[in-house]
Amino acid sequence: MPGLMIDREILIEAPVEVVWRTITEPDQVSQWFADRVELVIEPGAHGYMEFGDQGGPVVVEVVDPPTRFSFRWNYPPGEEPVAGNSMLVEFTLTPEGDERTHLRVTESGHELRAWPDAEKQRYAGEHQEGWGEFLDRLVTVLAKRQSG
Amino acid sequence: MTAQTDDELWSAIADPSRRRVLDLLVTNGEVSASWLAGRVPFSRQAVSKHLVALERAGFISRRKQGREVLYQVQAGRLDQAARAMADLAAQWDLRLGAIKRLAEAAHAQSEKGDRRDG
Repeated sequence: MPGLMIDREILIEAPVEVVWRTITEPDQVSQWFADRVELVIEPGAHGYMEFGDQGGPVVVEVVDPPTRFSFRWNYPPGEEPVAGNSMLVEFTLTPEGDERTHLRVTESGHELRAWPDAEKQRYAGEHQEGWGEFLDRLVTVLAKRQSG
Repeated sequence: MTAQTDDELWSAIADPSRRRVLDLLVTNGEVSASWLAGRVPFSRQAVSKHLVALERAGFISRRKQGREVLYQVQAGRLDQAARAMADLAAQWDLRLGAIKRLAEAAHAQSEKGDRRDG
């Protein structure tokens, strides 16, 4: 998917069901993510994540055990999160045999804001580069140009 | 960096055509809107719109030279955005590392339990 902001992955030496529980059960989630987690694993369910003195609401989007889980957060207060006003966090779990799981997380959003469908499609194919790579490359090019 | 600033940064570079404009400015230094318009597959008006958005987010600055307006990239802001992106990625790496430790510990625990039971 082009235009993703963050795209990270890891290989875990545990079956996919175990990894699924780790990323979806609130008492587990509070150990790797937020200090306080209120989460019901159902599409459309509203929850809350607290980080120290900060926090915010989340809305669960896709629940497809044990391979796909996503939620939206960082949206304006009082609004329902949709594509364009929020960030989407997506977990994809891929079993590699019985004892191993490949876990991928992407965080994306705001891409769809303010540009028309035709334009989106035209550029989607040309811009496979992630945002991190894009910015790193620009910083490198700029530094070279300025020193040269 | 506040969430507000992040939002401004990401919105400014979310649009791929805006990224193309930024890319051209980084690669070519100080140039005018017409020069840019000759190198992108969209209209002069679209270029102007993108320049306004990039300038508002602090990515570029403008200066008048004779009758022309020239635009150039603000290296500091670009650095800041790249660092913010790297921080976000690092945050997710930490979280994934924690998920790995938790899941592997839970798995090891249940295997020990299985052996005891069996």
